[in-house]
Amino acid sequence: MAIELKMPALSPTMEEGTLARWLVKEGDEVSSGDILAEIETDKATMEFEAVDEGTVGKIVVPEGTENVKVGTVIAVLADEGEDVGDIEASSAEPADEGEESSAADDDEGASAGPAPQRPRREPRADPEIPDGTNMASVTVREALRDAMAEEMRRDERVFVMGEEVAEYQGAYKVTQGLLEEFGPKRVIDTPITEYGFAGIGTGAAMGGLRPIVEFMTFNFAMQAIDHIVNSAAKTNYMSGGQMRCPVVFRGPNGAASRVAAQHSQNYGPWYASVPGLIVIAPYDSSDAKGLLKAAIRSEDPVVFLENELVYGRTFELPELDDHVLPIGKARIMREGADVTIVSYSIGVGFALEAAEQLADEGIDAEVIDLRTLRPLDRDAILESLAKTNRLVIAEEGWPTCSIASEVIAICMEDGFDHLDAPVLRVCNEDVPLPYAANLEKLALIDAERIVEAAKKVCYV
Amino acid sequence: MSLDSDRQLEAFRRMVRIRLFEEALIAHNPVGHLSIGHEAAIVGACMALRDDDYVTGTHRSHGHPIGKGAEIGPLMAEIFGRRTGICKGLGGSMHLTDARMGLICESAIVGGGFPLATGAGLSAQVRGTDQVSLCFFGDGATNQGTFGESINMAAIWKLPVIYFCENNGYAVTTPVATSHGQPDIARRADGFGIPGVAVDGQDVEAVHAVVAQAVARARQGEGPTLIEARTYRFDEHSNRLAIPIEYRSQDEIEYHRRERDPVALYRAVLCERGRQQECEAVENEVRETIDAAVAFARESPEPEWADLWDNMYASPPGPEHARGDRK
Repeated sequence: MAIELKMPALSPTMEEGTLARWLVKEGDEVSSGDILAEIETDKATMEFEAVDEGTVGKIVVPEGTENVKVGTVIAVLADEGEDVGDIEASSAEPADEGEESSAADDDEGASAGPAPQRPRREPRADPEIPDGTNMASVTVREALRDAMAEEMRRDERVFVMGEEVAEYQGAYKVTQGLLEEFGPKRVIDTPITEYGFAGIGTGAAMGGLRPIVEFMTFNFAMQAIDHIVNSAAKTNYMSGGQMRCPVVFRGPNGAASRVAAQHSQNYGPWYASVPGLIVIAPYDSSDAKGLLKAAIRSEDPVVFLENELVYGRTFELPELDDHVLPIGKARIMREGADVTIVSYSIGVGFALEAAEQLADEGIDAEVIDLRTLRPLDRDAILESLAKTNRLVIAEEGWPTCSIASEVIAICMEDGFDHLDAPVLRVCNEDVPLPYAANLEKLALIDAERIVEAAKKVCYV
Repeated sequence: MSLDSDRQLEAFRRMVRIRLFEEALIAHNPVGHLSIGHEAAIVGACMALRDDDYVTGTHRSHGHPIGKGAEIGPLMAEIFGRRTGICKGLGGSMHLTDARMGLICESAIVGGGFPLATGAGLSAQVRGTDQVSLCFFGDGATNQGTFGESINMAAIWKLPVIYFCENNGYAVTTPVATSHGQPDIARRADGFGIPGVAVDGQDVEAVHAVVAQAVARARQGEGPTLIEARTYRFDEHSNRLAIPIEYRSQDEIEYHRRERDPVALYRAVLCERGRQQECEAVENEVRETIDAAVAFARESPEPEWADLWDNMYASPPGPEHARGDRK
């Protein structure tokens, strides 16, 4: 899948800048950290680094262009193995989706050239967002940053701490511009000391602040899990409600790309099993922003699981002054009648892809994004099951004792009478993630496996 | 910075409260990590703090809220597992939070309190108050990673934290001498560029003096101090725990009970100052307080089914939360 590179913001308030110089040309291979271009404003010059790896497919905005608006696509990166020549077609996809979305209530707007049996379904708008809201195309990375910046402006108790969050602007550039706006007292670079700063964040929450603790990845939070589980999650309970612990632990979670076993794990099920924690794992930009703002305002400790591979993806984000979404509510991403596909985080992308493929075969799949893993929206799962009578859960993570296991348990306990087929789970292979590219691909979930499972429960 | 006349008697009162509280537990309740022998270290440290200063405790932590001046009845009821307990019976012996007295948590995970106290200190710095945070911990905890991680951050950010070690010589049964590369714990401060002070933990006024100095330093924005109070645990690691090995001699225990009892030592000091009658009055008063606390705890109701669920989250009764109504 092509990755759009957008004009970055040097600060949350920057609106446009000059693309001073390209340091790469079309066809160049780049990896994370390579300097791609120099961006200038009247205040500063910044080197624009690659976050993802790939080949520079197309340079859209030539160097020397002035007044380039923040968010404008300036180049397109092709993934490994992707044909650079296909770039324009594939990069046009998000725009198409956007158009379909705005025409969601208009049957005439449906553009598919369907086979006779193809169910006609459009992406479903989030009912939490008022009709007629203007939408902007924003990456998940920017949506998360904006959520933090808005909450830091709103509440001076909110601050960010973690490794490389300040001067370096975030290991994955999620905290970009925050130091410039809020200063070093509220955007704090820590030593490499996860056990320590996770506990310090927890203690600061006990002391009346609203810390956002960034883990460079949740793999490193293994060092800190004692304070997430034993300190933060239990404060409210063990004190009989005397103490609150409003801390947010956030960072990328799940498999990245070619970083092997120690850097590729989904901790969703681990944290979701802990009473006292709230666990959120958003997929798109709107949920990333709306739920991170809700997490920061929550009186309870929140584990907020992002995904490195999704950071650079662009989605529609409502242009609202204060976009806050409810914690604990799943979202129907696509309505369907034949089978329910439940997923969360990066899995939602695969589920939506699978639903499209299933539509080509005449199967009408409903896709549910859990969004919050604890508390889990049982009602949303069961209501969809009552409608479709068949359910598949897709999870980018191990199968054993997983969110998938939990969803199956919910279906057995409270949805048994509605089941027309066993619930199937599509999870990663039950192995540490291997390094070799082909094995990695074999071990991770994809749309094809979801399609296969969905057909199986539909007895097709 | 020495204790004035009234505060001396208050220090004695709190020490006696800890002693009699623990003795009441021995008489009435089977399990707990007792602070008998540690009274001077605890009270000396707490008397140097204000009510709005933060304290974090440990698994051996009945003494910490008492030292900080907490009400006795709700503490006793908590250990009895009653609904009237300070934490509604949800925390228990090792988690005696008393937010009103600044006792923000007791982490029973050895070393767990270091970053929590440090974070509370950070909150004071960020909010611009002159509150300080005092972290109680034992000698065993200094071998946990959080010790170095937390003190390092407090040092580089000059946080108002006092790291107060109750070194009783043994981590359960493991002696400091065989488990610490640098058994002189106060000297570990050198590795973080902060002051480290060792003090006789059986002398309440000596402890108070060094903690008061560290508190003054912290309030002035000069950063953390590591204090090692050398004390002694009179009972076993945990009340009624059968220890199958002889890790310390009977002579050693008897010597400390006879010669190094902090309550007896301070009583003798006060008597020398002509305050015997006041000491006796305090002892009688505390006996009544403890008896009343035991009666209160025994008569209090146990928690109910709804209490199992009510304090898990501050805000959201999510769908899953409703499962508590299923019974």
